[in-house]
Amino acid sequence: MTTGLTPTEHITLNMGPQHPSTHGVLRLELELEGEVIVACRPIIGYLHRGIEKMAEARTYPQVLPYTDRLDYLSSSSNNMAYVQAVEKLLGLEVPERAKYLRVISLELNRIASHLVFLATFANDLGATTVFLYGMRERELIMDLFSMWAGARLTQSWIRIGGVGADIPDGFVDQALAFCRLMPKRLDEYDRILTGNRIFRARTEGVGILPPELGVNYGASGPTLRGSGVEFDVRRAEPYEVYGDLDFEVVTRPTCDCMGRYLVRMQEMRQSVRILEQCLKRLPEGEVRAKVPRVIRPPEGEAYGRVESPRGEFACYVVSDGSPRPARVRFRAPSFYHLSVLPRMLQGWKVGDAVAILGSIDIVLGEVDR
Amino acid sequence: MNASLYNTIGQWWYVHGLPPWIFEAAWMVAMAALVTVFVLLSVLVLVWLERKISADLQSRVGPNRVGGRFGPLQTAADALKLLLKEDIFPAGADRVVFWLAPFVVFVPSLMVFMVLPFGERLAVNDLNLGVLFVVAVSAFPVIGLIMAGWGSNNKYAVLGAMRAAAQSLSYEVPLVLAMVCVVVFAGSLRVGDIVAAQREGGWFILRFPLQLAFLLYFITAMAEVNRVPFDLPEAESELVAGYHVEYSGMRFAFFFLAEFAHLFFVSAFCATLFLGAWQGPWLPPAVWFLLKSYAIVILIMWIRWTVPRLRIDQVMGFSWKLLVPLGLAAVVLTGIVKVW
Repeated sequence: MTTGLTPTEHITLNMGPQHPSTHGVLRLELELEGEVIVACRPIIGYLHRGIEKMAEARTYPQVLPYTDRLDYLSSSSNNMAYVQAVEKLLGLEVPERAKYLRVISLELNRIASHLVFLATFANDLGATTVFLYGMRERELIMDLFSMWAGARLTQSWIRIGGVGADIPDGFVDQALAFCRLMPKRLDEYDRILTGNRIFRARTEGVGILPPELGVNYGASGPTLRGSGVEFDVRRAEPYEVYGDLDFEVVTRPTCDCMGRYLVRMQEMRQSVRILEQCLKRLPEGEVRAKVPRVIRPPEGEAYGRVESPRGEFACYVVSDGSPRPARVRFRAPSFYHLSVLPRMLQGWKVGDAVAILGSIDIVLGEVDR
Repeated sequence: MNASLYNTIGQWWYVHGLPPWIFEAAWMVAMAALVTVFVLLSVLVLVWLERKISADLQSRVGPNRVGGRFGPLQTAADALKLLLKEDIFPAGADRVVFWLAPFVVFVPSLMVFMVLPFGERLAVNDLNLGVLFVVAVSAFPVIGLIMAGWGSNNKYAVLGAMRAAAQSLSYEVPLVLAMVCVVVFAGSLRVGDIVAAQREGGWFILRFPLQLAFLLYFITAMAEVNRVPFDLPEAESELVAGYHVEYSGMRFAFFFLAEFAHLFFVSAFCATLFLGAWQGPWLPPAVWFLLKSYAIVILIMWIRWTVPRLRIDQVMGFSWKLLVPLGLAAVVLTGIVKVW
């Protein structure tokens, strides 16, 4: 808004790659007029490791640990997408118990990831205390993970043909105890943050993502559901046992940061619901199908898609009949969310930039691969 | 400080025929040293307190190693570390401005302590324009913030400095209006008189229209010391650290000191204006004064660690659209009640 009398100069502000609120090594080139953002260019690639290329030189089981390092906040979704594609190639039928265990893993990971979202989003808005609340509950999930996988983040527990190992004794009880605790803690978050006037002033009506724009840019997951589009891979194309489970696909019509935030908060409650069902129904039996020692899928291609905490995470695998995949490609939801970000930032202030960036909940590990 | 002590030593000095200017100068230096030591010690306590309070609110433990179970020496250790750090001038910085800024911020934060009454006639100098002095001097550090932001040659720092200037200007107005209410009620700008007025008719916070002034003062004081929800000038998640992003070591420590000194001052001044300063039963006056001041400090910290941060336009709007009209109304109301 120049008056015509004094030409104002835009300043270019480099937000990142080292900045407390870019959630990893992202660089945003912001063009500012005072505090108002005129244009934004996300610059990615700082975390590029060439995982897709590396996968071509590894055997099928060897690729699995690389997938942990894509979206490091929800490694089981990545595992799942890859394993699903390979199992489609092999035509494997997975034991029922393994399917349930996988869903338990996925949903626990969803809660853990959404808790990180809650923590960092609140921290970006200056509510430092909520950051530690979110991390506190996440720690309980990490304990559960280390019970079955020995690892907290990079689990690689969902394997081709089933899961790595059966759950240890006492796991179900501990997980059920967590399911009982979590709704209370979610109420606590609502009390300290959701109704807060300042929090609402910072999130309501901020960072509008119209549904058409979101769909056109390939947005998915809570980011799209916060704009009222009811799309969830778990419902649209159920995998594992999601078809038999009772849960709601949460949507919000407001299209703003608050909408996306509320979708995630509600999704955690839904995940707890799914977890309770799975833990109670968990059948006995094997946890792994018979898989040949050397996996040589027949020539062909397969596409595995899952609903990761961030959106539709998919994996495309091409086999040429050798023990190594000919091509592996990942569809990372954060990448699509990052490409629509400049449209969402325009006209907002620097303070909103961190709020909007936080509300789309990106993980640079999967953007850069 | 204490007038009788001043008189006693002064008389002794004159009786022995020593030149009076040496006494005057020595007295001033001693007072300045006393205030400085007090402020530095207070800051050490405050930083420790802030860590412990935030830890309690965030279900953490907080400092628990240095100097015993509750980590009382943690801040002293950190201060020592800052002292030993390299003194860095960023490339392209305006060296003079960059060098000067921490002092411009720090010195006024110390100066305002001059008028604080720690007990009856226990202020360094109870100026007859005490309140005015406080308003004038505490508005000064913002110049230092702008200098720091500009001198750093860093865009984040400039943004932080601009925010600091805008915010400080906007909140000074309701702050002054809140103080005017108190001055009208007490009928004097001298801090000693304001305290005396509270001795006769009860604390000002308990007198009818002054609750509004207290509320205004409290809110604007939080904005003055850049605390959440008004911590935009340093907004860690947005501007990394704002105006002091390029500062390290002792220079950074000066900003830090100034911030906490100012925090203590606004709380202590709040206690002076509204909570009857050092007055209270049983305990010695200085203890009462510190108790009241720390109560306000803890309240400000509590709020800081609970709520999120506002956006710059919301901060401005809040001041000009709500606090300033409220402040004017409070002044009018106070005037009416007073005349009645």
